[in-house]
Amino acid sequence: MALERCDVEKLAHLARLGLDDAQINSSTASLNAAINMINAMQAVNTDGITPLANPLEANQRLRPDTVTESNHRDDYQALAPAVENGLYLVPKVID
Amino acid sequence: MQWETVIGLEIHAQLATNTKIFSGSATAFGAEPNSHASLIDLAMPGTLPVLNAAAVRMACMFGLAVDAHIAEYNIFARKNYFYPDLPKGYQTSQMDDPIVGLGHLDIALDDGSIKRVNITRAHLEEDAGKSLHEDFSGMTGIDLNRAGTPLLEIVSEPELSNAKEAVAYAKAIHTLVRYLNICDGNMAEGSFRCDCNVSVRPKGQTKLGTRTEIKNVNSFRFIERAINHEIQRQIELIEDGGKVTQETRLYDPNKDETRSMRSKEEANDYRYFPCPDLLPVHIPREMLEELRTHLPELPTQKRERFEKDFGLSTYDASVLSASREMANYFEVVEKTCADAKLATNWVMGELSSLLNKENLDITQSPVSAEQLGGMLVRIKDNTISGKIAKMVFEAMAAGEGDADQIIEQRGLKQVTDSGAIEAMLDEVLATNAEQVEQYRASDENKRGKMFGFFVGQAMRASKGKANPQQVNELLKQKLDQ
Repeated sequence: MALERCDVEKLAHLARLGLDDAQINSSTASLNAAINMINAMQAVNTDGITPLANPLEANQRLRPDTVTESNHRDDYQALAPAVENGLYLVPKVID
Repeated sequence: MQWETVIGLEIHAQLATNTKIFSGSATAFGAEPNSHASLIDLAMPGTLPVLNAAAVRMACMFGLAVDAHIAEYNIFARKNYFYPDLPKGYQTSQMDDPIVGLGHLDIALDDGSIKRVNITRAHLEEDAGKSLHEDFSGMTGIDLNRAGTPLLEIVSEPELSNAKEAVAYAKAIHTLVRYLNICDGNMAEGSFRCDCNVSVRPKGQTKLGTRTEIKNVNSFRFIERAINHEIQRQIELIEDGGKVTQETRLYDPNKDETRSMRSKEEANDYRYFPCPDLLPVHIPREMLEELRTHLPELPTQKRERFEKDFGLSTYDASVLSASREMANYFEVVEKTCADAKLATNWVMGELSSLLNKENLDITQSPVSAEQLGGMLVRIKDNTISGKIAKMVFEAMAAGEGDADQIIEQRGLKQVTDSGAIEAMLDEVLATNAEQVEQYRASDENKRGKMFGFFVGQAMRASKGKANPQQVNELLKQKLDQ
């Protein structure tokens, strides 16, 4: 499997990346190089081997269900470009 | 052509944890906007999620309650899409290895039959924030208090065959999560939401038709109406030579119709992959065994016990076991009066209509279960008649005290002394001598209605306090003399 230029354009759109022509070309080439490596790995017989979900041989640590965060809204909102009535304001979106 | 409907539901139940699924922020509803949104919830760079143990336990409890397979490991995945109320640019969810695997739930249908509905899976995920589109100078306001609230998404197999069954299933899940105390079930606040997948196919065809998904329906009544509307729309579309397109639709309760959400091209390409920030979650077998011992009696078990021990119909038993609170109330009434039939009639009759009228739920009932049970004892021991009991019940509802106090204060004690009743009847018959003659002169089939007249007069004369059975018997004797 290899990526076409249009696949990369679609992926860039989904990831909201604005790539110019040259970047689309170079991205297509480097992504295809990565896919070639994946293809080579897929040729290895992995029957009966559990997929590795994470390289650390550990399990997820769980947190007790206790409130540990307090309200720092004013500090966080000082960084936001626009706020009103405690809300973060963003360009209008309607689905 | 005969059509057949196939429905599957995806239910999102907000888990009743104190904190969010990946952060220590409170989950309380109705707080000041963004006051429960920490750096993790805001997706600030450098923050890492830590999974809430209570959310894991609650999901496992649900799994045990629907007899599901719970794998030893489950894995979180990223579901990628961009929307301003999803600060990370992905929703942390589960894809290939959900916490709860295949299970099932038995639901009681209106006709009293039981249907087993298979549950494909239930997985943990985080809720998004809220977008407010009111006018903020042409901008959208974002409140991230809800972002990161733990959700259990419960996915049914496409096995429901009409809107009523879909509602019965949704209600059964609603009852179950409240019994388990893992979700408050508040649909108005969005704690329990439902997506309905609907398709139609010619009767007998095995291949499924193209489905549409109706998003975020938030009441049982709307689930039924939205599905029925969508079935009708699809059938008409196909019969007119059209084709159903797979799409997401919204139900508009005001117009009673579903409409296509503005089609978001490529929006369904979520590019799931395992979340590198979270390790596989291990569910030790001992934890499941420990949780199993803490499971309450489940709605199905309770319904079956009510049917078996109290001889109730499936319908009555499912109404009375619809919530833990309702079931507890009924059981106290039953225990106090030791008469399941009488308890059922009063709880489902007078009490339910009082609660409906006052718009109260069972926990707010102005008449306690002990009070109602106590009053039923007085019906059983013939202190009061069923008719007088309604008066006593109203007085209890108005806060006038227990049944015994009210009976005493208002002098409602039933007259069972047959001598006194006879004397009263003699008086009634003497006053209505003309009617007595007419009665005696008429034939058998006309007497029924006339007999009712005398009973009415007698009950009025006794101010409703005479024992009705005795009045009936003695009156019959006297008239037939």
